[in-house]
Amino acid sequence: MNTSTLTLAKNKTDNSKKIKGSEAVLKCLIAEGVETIFGYPGGAIMPIYDSLYHYQNKLNHILTRHEQGAVHAAQGMARVTRKTGVCFATSGPGATNLITGIADAQIDSTPLVCITGQVPSHLLGTDAFQETDVIGISMPVTKWNYQVTRAEEIPFAIARAFYIANTGRPGPVLIDITKDAQITEFDFEYDKCEKIRSYHPYPELRSGDLKAAANLINKSKKPYILLGQGVQLSGAEKELIQFAEKTGIPMASTLMGLSGVPVDHPLYVGYLGMHGNYGANIKTNECDVLIAIGMRFDDRVTGDLKKYAKQAKVIHIEIDPSEIDKNVKTTIAINADAKQALTGLIPLVNSARYAEWIEEFRVCDVIEHNKVIDAETHPVSGQIKMAEVISKISALTFGEAVVVTDVGQHQMVANRYYQFQNSLSCITSGGLGTMGFALPAAMGAKVGQPSRDVIAIIGDGGFQMTIQELGTIKQNDLAVKILVLNNNFLGMVRQWQQLFFDKRYSFTELDNPDFQLITKGYGISAQKVSERINLDQAIHDWLSCEGPALLEVVVDQEENVFPMVPSGASVSDIRLD
Amino acid sequence: MNSQKKQEIRDFTLSVLTEDKAGLINQLTIVFTKRKININSLNVSNSEVAGVSRFTIVTRTSRDMIDKIVKQIRKLIDVLGAFVYEDDQIFYQEIALYKVPTKAFINGNSVENLVRNSGARILVVEEEHIIIEKTGHSKETHDLYQKLEPFGLLEFIRSGRVAVSKSIRKTEAYIKGLEASNSNKLSIKDF
Repeated sequence: MNTSTLTLAKNKTDNSKKIKGSEAVLKCLIAEGVETIFGYPGGAIMPIYDSLYHYQNKLNHILTRHEQGAVHAAQGMARVTRKTGVCFATSGPGATNLITGIADAQIDSTPLVCITGQVPSHLLGTDAFQETDVIGISMPVTKWNYQVTRAEEIPFAIARAFYIANTGRPGPVLIDITKDAQITEFDFEYDKCEKIRSYHPYPELRSGDLKAAANLINKSKKPYILLGQGVQLSGAEKELIQFAEKTGIPMASTLMGLSGVPVDHPLYVGYLGMHGNYGANIKTNECDVLIAIGMRFDDRVTGDLKKYAKQAKVIHIEIDPSEIDKNVKTTIAINADAKQALTGLIPLVNSARYAEWIEEFRVCDVIEHNKVIDAETHPVSGQIKMAEVISKISALTFGEAVVVTDVGQHQMVANRYYQFQNSLSCITSGGLGTMGFALPAAMGAKVGQPSRDVIAIIGDGGFQMTIQELGTIKQNDLAVKILVLNNNFLGMVRQWQQLFFDKRYSFTELDNPDFQLITKGYGISAQKVSERINLDQAIHDWLSCEGPALLEVVVDQEENVFPMVPSGASVSDIRLD
Repeated sequence: MNSQKKQEIRDFTLSVLTEDKAGLINQLTIVFTKRKININSLNVSNSEVAGVSRFTIVTRTSRDMIDKIVKQIRKLIDVLGAFVYEDDQIFYQEIALYKVPTKAFINGNSVENLVRNSGARILVVEEEHIIIEKTGHSKETHDLYQKLEPFGLLEFIRSGRVAVSKSIRKTEAYIKGLEASNSNKLSIKDF
């Protein structure tokens, strides 16, 4: 506790009045502009829920069916709005059930404030009922956490939480509040946090770095932009397009960067990484200057680091200094917010065109079309392919929907083939790879962007990890369109077993329930399609539904996702079959 | 620095300034645990600035790794600054206590000579045992340990390293600078 802040708070009580800690929590959230909370009540957080009863006209609380659902929903909302997602859970199992989502938000830089109830402070450390050390457990996966044991600390802790969660590189914050702090009355006064002396989220842009980078870019013959989620997090979409169009440099996106640039932009050359595009991957090892913007060179993007872009000079624009030189050594590091860095860089770079260099990517596109894409998206016989379903949905929604994907084959296929047109539209669990993410994240996305179409694309495995959130969707009438691509397998693991474990399908085959029946049991309309001839109509009917609706598509059981950079191989060794 | 030198495993001393808050030690050790790196010694004390703690951490690793670790530590919200030093950039000491049976002093004067010649001193004399104190680098305190062992050494304990850098910058000035500026603490290279 920063004592000077407390003293300050005590001095500013002129027009304040005594309220309970539990009510103070809600007042703090309102002061931070929070509209929706996803949560699940329980013993240690009951005072907050009791106060919430009186605040239902000011705060929208959505009761999920599991705390994991609450945290993923908060993530989904944060990702489509850039605002901080908020969730509530009780102590013990309530708090531990948040951990997966918190870890997911940490690795994917999603701003969250998670508030957990805790046993009364006099019981701390006694192994009381539903006591768990959530501060200790969440420490490695939060940007910051804090345990409140006195009501007076609540405004300080929550103000800091919101400031930390959504400045600099965003991330999750957890505030644990003991039950006695929730019920104690105190003089409430709220001041937003604007500065923390030990936390400097926006590094100062150095003009020398910009000049050096511009120099390198202006002299390059085969420059190449890699864009990550940082572009969307900093709201630098327009600046990126301006920069690319002025310099004529081709650009590719990481999984998390998808939708940062419309996929039909003439300079966009594809998607990077293990199941990304052929040209986008192999050209990484042929460019002379690599301009990485708001991305962290994840191993799923780089493959074998020893054989990654060794020929290139690397410019890394990144807000988090610990990401610079972590995986790939930079020639020039620009430690800054992407928008600020690009704004500074645009006047320094020359107008240029790289027609021949871009043509090299297009040659690769033709190869990928011939070997993979055409057969996947327009098959004439056999079972339905995932890629053809995605292509049809993409066309029918004009690439304008928010696409929330789970984890596995369907995730890679959806993100390969959906033709994203708008920013903040690709919501997926990239870093952690959390199965069960999509359904609750899609509800959060729908709450955050009610006027946009939100489509959850899920495999039959992941669907059953958070299937109970159908109840939340129904109760709140959230018009999420749910697509289950059912191959009766944990498809991605099965693909690896086929390719790298001599087809030993060890515990990847699923005997699935009747998803239509389950969904209808929740009161949500559902249909199933397994024949190609019925596919168009089924997709059309499903997308035309007013409220939430499920479409289950039975797809080729042993379909593989290609291209593929085998784990640990070089991006140059990308396989087309 | 060439890449071979960057990979060479050796001792590094980290000096970390933090807000005086519960849980900081846990946050710091997580950075090491996540990478399965052992901490050789860790010392926490108040610094000369009120409300600011100083951690001194000694670890054996490569320059490449320590640079990554120090960036991760600077990223922690309540860390005010983190600085990495090689042995030639700091003055450092450890303190060791040795409990020796009093009878070891009675049989001849070899123990007494050992104490005298190693720059150690006698802290306490009890009927049963004598406590000897020595400050120095771990090699020196270890040498004395080995020499005292034949005399029936009862107990030996050594503190973690404490270190001050050879830089003349003041902690207080550093903290003030941090409060005033918007530049990034994470990019501060030396102190």
